[in-house]
Amino acid sequence: MTYKTSTEGNIATVYLDGEIDMDVTEKAKEVIFPLIEAKKEVHINLSAVQYMDSSGISVLIESHQKATELETKVILKEISKSVLKVIMMAKLEQILNLD
Amino acid sequence: MTDNKTISINEHKDFRVSSSSLKEVRNFSRDVFEKLNLNQDLKDELVLAIAEAAQNIVKHAYKDQETDDRMEIKISLNDSELEIGFFDKGRLVEKDNVRHRKIDDVKPGGLGTFFIQEIMDAVVFKEGDKPWINHLVLTKKI
Repeated sequence: MTYKTSTEGNIATVYLDGEIDMDVTEKAKEVIFPLIEAKKEVHINLSAVQYMDSSGISVLIESHQKATELETKVILKEISKSVLKVIMMAKLEQILNLD
Repeated sequence: MTDNKTISINEHKDFRVSSSSLKEVRNFSRDVFEKLNLNQDLKDELVLAIAEAAQNIVKHAYKDQETDDRMEIKISLNDSELEIGFFDKGRLVEKDNVRHRKIDDVKPGGLGTFFIQEIMDAVVFKEGDKPWINHLVLTKKI
């Protein structure tokens, strides 16, 4: 997994790339969580993520829950087909903010 | 393409018990499924189920344990019955303790087992024959 981030005003966008599994979830959290803790609205762009397993989905759930607690938002953007399929298999499409 | 009924495969590979092996597990599975007449969605689902089961070995059978052990994955297909076996030497899995999260309970964790059960027809935990401790068998008619 690789990533890049950009910030515009109060919106921070995290572009994730590659395959997201248990081996890289800590790295993903290290990128996303500080932005939420800084009360940014965090956009996670998933267009270049070719594979995500339950560990990756757990990062999305934790990010969403952390953002809700801190009264901000995490929005999933440009979700790749393979990631959307896993989100739907987990029946989270009504719970996470998908754009 | 050939009908899967006429294809028989029997492939196995061992991997270090580590989260860093999961990519290798997926690549092995993808290579095997390339030989079958399956649509891409089903291939992706099967790869996910295998990776989740391998992840459960790393996470649960070897919880809080650094190890040099290896786990083995066997994929076989006979008469359209796909069987995927996982063998490890970690802690004995208590079948009754293996449960997925309730799907309306939104929390991280327990999702991997849910995915495996959604994708496969049957999930059976067995005691492994020596030297193995656990033997998980996933099956699906394809």
